[in-house]
Amino acid sequence: MSSRPLANSELGWLAYDPAPESSSLARLAPSYGLFIDGAFTDPGAHQQVPTVNPATEATLATVAHAAAADVDRAVRAARHAYDTVWSVTSGAERAKYLYRIARLIQERARELAVVETLDNGKPIRESRDVDIPLAAAHFFYYAGWADKLEHAGFGADPRPLGVAGQIIPWNFPLLMAAWKLAPALAAGNTCVLKPAETTPLSALILAEILQQAELPPGVVNIVTGDGATGAALVEHPGVDKIAFTGSTEVGRAIQARVAGRATHLTLELGGKGANIVFDDAPIDEMVEGIIDGIFFNQGHVCCAGSRLLVQETVADEVLRRLQRRVEQLRVGDPLDKNTDVGAINSRAQLARIEELVAAGEREGATRYSSSCALPEHGYWFAPTVFTDVSQSHRIAREEIFGPVLSVLTFRTPEEAVAKANNTTYGLACGVWSEKGSRTLWVAQRLRAGVIWANTYNRFDPTSPFGGVRESGFGREGGRPGLAAYLDV
Amino acid sequence: MSERLDVRKTYKLLIDGAFPRSESGRTYEVLDARGAFVANVARASRKDVRDAVRAARAAQPRWWSASAYNRGQVLYRWAEMAESRAGELAAQVAAAEGLDATDARASVGRAVDRLVWYAGWTDKVTQVLGGANPVAGPFFNFSLPVPSGVVAVLAPRDSSLEGFVDAVAAPLCVGNAVVALASETRPLPAVLLGEMSATADLPGGVVNVLTGSLDELAPVLASHEDVDGLDLEGAPDAAGELAALAAATITRVLFPRTGGDASLRRLRAFVETTTVWHTVGQ
Repeated sequence: MSSRPLANSELGWLAYDPAPESSSLARLAPSYGLFIDGAFTDPGAHQQVPTVNPATEATLATVAHAAAADVDRAVRAARHAYDTVWSVTSGAERAKYLYRIARLIQERARELAVVETLDNGKPIRESRDVDIPLAAAHFFYYAGWADKLEHAGFGADPRPLGVAGQIIPWNFPLLMAAWKLAPALAAGNTCVLKPAETTPLSALILAEILQQAELPPGVVNIVTGDGATGAALVEHPGVDKIAFTGSTEVGRAIQARVAGRATHLTLELGGKGANIVFDDAPIDEMVEGIIDGIFFNQGHVCCAGSRLLVQETVADEVLRRLQRRVEQLRVGDPLDKNTDVGAINSRAQLARIEELVAAGEREGATRYSSSCALPEHGYWFAPTVFTDVSQSHRIAREEIFGPVLSVLTFRTPEEAVAKANNTTYGLACGVWSEKGSRTLWVAQRLRAGVIWANTYNRFDPTSPFGGVRESGFGREGGRPGLAAYLDV
Repeated sequence: MSERLDVRKTYKLLIDGAFPRSESGRTYEVLDARGAFVANVARASRKDVRDAVRAARAAQPRWWSASAYNRGQVLYRWAEMAESRAGELAAQVAAAEGLDATDARASVGRAVDRLVWYAGWTDKVTQVLGGANPVAGPFFNFSLPVPSGVVAVLAPRDSSLEGFVDAVAAPLCVGNAVVALASETRPLPAVLLGEMSATADLPGGVVNVLTGSLDELAPVLASHEDVDGLDLEGAPDAAGELAALAAATITRVLFPRTGGDASLRRLRAFVETTTVWHTVGQ
């Protein structure tokens, strides 16, 4: 029997038996068309592109690459559905469609979790306990707003924008689809959704769910493809709103492209989140919070706590405990229920991480990486911590989007705030302290859209999420999340 | 072909998740809108009222401590149950209110939609009724709506299902437990909906449904010291009298009012505002 050792355990030589979830739960088709006007197009009518399992490099299925003409057809279907059906569907009826979608996601949760893990590489524990339940919760929450828009604080009868073009990233594929679709539909818009090139599958399962919910044709259209498909959507004159989640680089290009047009825009971009640790913080919880902040989802998280700012007086103790904890992280088969850190999503992302880590070493930071064994096939990167990092190092300034933590120190709360804000980003920060008044003092001075106190990477449909500065604008979640899709 | 003889049901109370007859053993005759006999319905006693209030008090903390998302899903589940038994509800609404089958079915549809509307409020009421207060000084100050506790509902006399749903779901969705007295003359749709709550994962005691004499039981509920809120919708003629009884323990009272059913009147009726001051400083 194969078993993986748990290295450096104080309990001696422990081994974990494999506890894999069955990949057969995924029930994937060999190839997929586009979801336009309520039906899938013939896969053979499009250029087919493989989507691979990043943990094995095996092809899972092939999906259609939507050309500009396909995007045009999807936008026109969305426009037609908006004009003829969705804009004259009452809020109460829209709500009931969204509740149906929430329920169907809950019913197919296990299947969706497996699909997500296969296509993305994230641990099944996370797709099962975070991505899929939160996606269902998001539809459930916004369903409840559809028939209450007059109470949302935007006036007596807030109107939708029309057709929304939505471009989502690969790090939380289904959850990002839910974040985009649920508020847009609740507010009365129709949608054209462009999933990420490397993670299209859960959105295509979602298309099946929309069919099962009998959502009127054209209300949601899903076009798979790469950056060219996204660009066609952004440039389409029939789109009233663009919502984009992804890199700051692409967000900048999108903002420039829609500049001067009447198109509404919200952007949720990159980040370089500071996790600030004061010397009175509860140490065990804080170490877990640091781990969760940077290694959750392999660090493929725009709000990751990728800069640890630790107060000098406790830096040695924190680093010692951190290193021990990193060594205990189980890296490997994402379908294994005991896995903590899964596969890097793509070869390209792995190359980006490797480049920045090499820069960190070159610029003089001290690297420590887990001694864990990495699988032979697939894309992997061992959890890594850099110390002796200065604020000018690339690993302290640029978003790595991988399991790499940069550690800096500070002495006073003023210095912590100054260092935390010394970035062009402003998405999320963490503050660890037992002193509530100081936490709030720091929170008032941090330039970030989300601040977690004594926790990290918490998400809830009722809680607005989004950034300031070059992390973007607009919010997803909560009441502000509706504003992104209303003409207010 | 001979017609099959139907099996008839005994209609009972709902107290603490169980379906007892009245401890008094009493019943009264319920007639349909044309005056024909429908059923002998349990006639609750003062003791049944006290049992129901005790059950509601015990169940309320657990209901309120569940996440708002969870409470929303439970209320939505109740709507699912009602929808799947819509035919049964419509038959009783038709008999009670003298509606034809189409109108009765439409009334059930509106009642289910209303329940869905309230299900969606559980995780939004805090955001609409609460908020941060920009006080002058180094403080973070915020206000949250919290439930009053146990709410006694005298359900509307005429609207046997829609009115019952509106009066009961509103205090529930903000975290109260409810003791409802169904319409005296038209109680059966409410009794059915109570039965459905038991298959919707509503914890026992969160909703209690009594049937019986309004004149006998309303003063008991109004003067009960462990009742925090009183909805007088079903007792417009005795509202002043009952409100005076409620005053003894500063019970919150919602007076009957026509119209405005889409307003937040009922949501606001049985919530309190809790305000927290927290210092800000290094």
